[in-house]
Amino acid sequence: MSEIAELTPTEAVPAATERAVKPPQSPARLFWRQLRRSPLAVVGGTLLVVFYALALFAPFVAPYAQDDMDRSRFFQPPDRVHWVEGGRLHMRPFLHPQSPAGDLQDFAYREGTAVAPVRWFVHGDRYRLFGLIPTDRHLFGTDPPQRIYLLGADAFGRDEFSRLLFGGQVSLTVGLVGIAISFTFGLLLGGVSGYFGGWVDTVIMRSTELLLTIPGLYLIIALRALFPVDLPSQQVYLGIVAILAFIAWAGLARVIRGMVLSIRREEYVAAAEALGMSRMRIIARHILPNTMSFVIVAATLTIPGYILGEVILSFIGLGVQEPAASWGNMLAQARSIRVLTSFPWLLYVPGIAIFLTVMAYNFLGDGLRDALDPRKVQGGPTG
Amino acid sequence: MRTYILRRLLQLIPLLLGITLLTFLLLKLAPGDFLSTMAENPQISAATLDAMRHRFGLDRPWWLQYALYLKNVVLHFDFGESFSRHQPVFVVLREGLANTLLLAISGAIITWGLAIPLGVWAGMKQYSAADKGLSLLAFLWLSVPEVLSGLLLLMLAARTGWFPVGGMRSLGYDDMDWIGRAGDLLRHLALPALTVGLIPLASRMRQMRGNLLDVLRLDYVTTARAKGLSETRVVFKHALRNALNPLITLFGFTLGALVSGSLVSEIIFAWPGLGRITLEALQTKDEYLVMGSVLMASVVLVAGNLIADLLLAVADPRIRYE
Repeated sequence: MSEIAELTPTEAVPAATERAVKPPQSPARLFWRQLRRSPLAVVGGTLLVVFYALALFAPFVAPYAQDDMDRSRFFQPPDRVHWVEGGRLHMRPFLHPQSPAGDLQDFAYREGTAVAPVRWFVHGDRYRLFGLIPTDRHLFGTDPPQRIYLLGADAFGRDEFSRLLFGGQVSLTVGLVGIAISFTFGLLLGGVSGYFGGWVDTVIMRSTELLLTIPGLYLIIALRALFPVDLPSQQVYLGIVAILAFIAWAGLARVIRGMVLSIRREEYVAAAEALGMSRMRIIARHILPNTMSFVIVAATLTIPGYILGEVILSFIGLGVQEPAASWGNMLAQARSIRVLTSFPWLLYVPGIAIFLTVMAYNFLGDGLRDALDPRKVQGGPTG
Repeated sequence: MRTYILRRLLQLIPLLLGITLLTFLLLKLAPGDFLSTMAENPQISAATLDAMRHRFGLDRPWWLQYALYLKNVVLHFDFGESFSRHQPVFVVLREGLANTLLLAISGAIITWGLAIPLGVWAGMKQYSAADKGLSLLAFLWLSVPEVLSGLLLLMLAARTGWFPVGGMRSLGYDDMDWIGRAGDLLRHLALPALTVGLIPLASRMRQMRGNLLDVLRLDYVTTARAKGLSETRVVFKHALRNALNPLITLFGFTLGALVSGSLVSEIIFAWPGLGRITLEALQTKDEYLVMGSVLMASVVLVAGNLIADLLLAVADPRIRYE
């Protein structure tokens, strides 16, 4: 790919002559060019890359483990990190440690005058990076017993920032895994249904109708009954993914069926049949690839639904259980009036994370739709 | 038209059968039943448990239980008894369903009451600052999940004290006259309904704007303008009626979706609706209550879809169901 790019430096040619000398480009290249032109898609894509990277490196970036409690810091407000003091820029940022003020029940804190430097690459809890590499290095931290709570502490004195990162591992991946499962089923069943027709079609379509008739959240709740509430968090995770995937395939299968119905009349399908290809092979190799641009856009725009599915399940106490973190059960702490009035960061932190993630997917999905739309001619007035 | 409605209603029968069967199987496949928590209590003897198991029919094979359930529903309109509340399921659900419908319909009124004027306004002033501002807001609002907007509204209630922070009635409700009662109910309803109604607002507004712009491009609108009619008259008298048609279909669908959507709002604002009952029933393994509520929620959704189709036929003379 890079060799071709060097031989034909189209980007460097002035725009006026560009069209005349431009060699044919592969669809993938065209697609990237289109996508990069949509500022919203670029913003969305970049945000997502950052979020997923943070989730991947969560144990390293987070200063503490997700269940690391400090009983002297219930509901401690976020620490303010200072870079400047007395008009001079400090090379090393620092914070003023907070200490409880007044009655213990008030959870009021006062910043002292003492100085605690924030250090880079400190030693802390032991963990395995990517589940493989054993280490105890963390991106930043302070000298113990002082702690740094960038986004404040929750009701158990745990670091909200660390929990946000670990929670992201759950909340962000639920969508990807779920979509992989449900779209595989949706594509296959929709493809089979549209191609074969007859009683296969009837059975599959009636099942989708059944699933689409039960209001989503009620179906989720009924399905949740299949698993005990107090499962280990990994099994709960799998359960959530399975439930959400079970619901989501139906809508997709119906759309795919409609597309397959029109594609199967194309001549190249008849040609493949004449050549004696097996029917499943025709579906997989010749029909379904033609639905791909729709599927990619639909997948991108469906992932937020999964993320919100996990959030709602955990929020109502049926999803990921404490002490494991997820954005949903972090948000559940904000259900109390006391928290909403006095400790609002417990709402803002997971709330903004969820909002930004959903927004990033929507931006990216919109950009993808425009970039994959064959009616949009490259170099045209809108392109 | 009548045959169409009849056919649609007949098609519902296998669908509702499927829903009950699916729910029933799910609950049977689930580990434990209502009595399994009781069984852990040493004070309840094995004989009592057996007696209860027999009374609720839990000792019979599952297909027989299902058949009996169906028989009671069809012949006696009896949805079974709630194990934990010692009340007929229908009595428990009736009130919950009424509360949920009140919430969903209020939500729908908020959605459409805001979406149509805003959409028309944005469409009439296409590409103006107001239109662009509204588009941007709508685009951002699409990414705000209901859990979040609900909690933000709850925060508003908690901090300002303008609205109650949950529930459906104040303590002194019984002593109020009917004006006081209505006011009290409205105050409790406001925020949950707003939470429900604001979710679909952004997309409905965009659709309204798009529809209006599509219609404004048609020839008959040009004719109306050529006759010298004022722009207001062109829009409200001629264009709006046709622009509303696609939205009428959506109205029915939205009603169904709002039942599901109100679940989150019910939980945040402690609104005693169907969703809360379902959740509690699930936690206590109250089988018939879960089945009944899933069934009712589905019926509302189906009814919403049916209403959507019928409304469209009423509104658009070009559509006739034969």
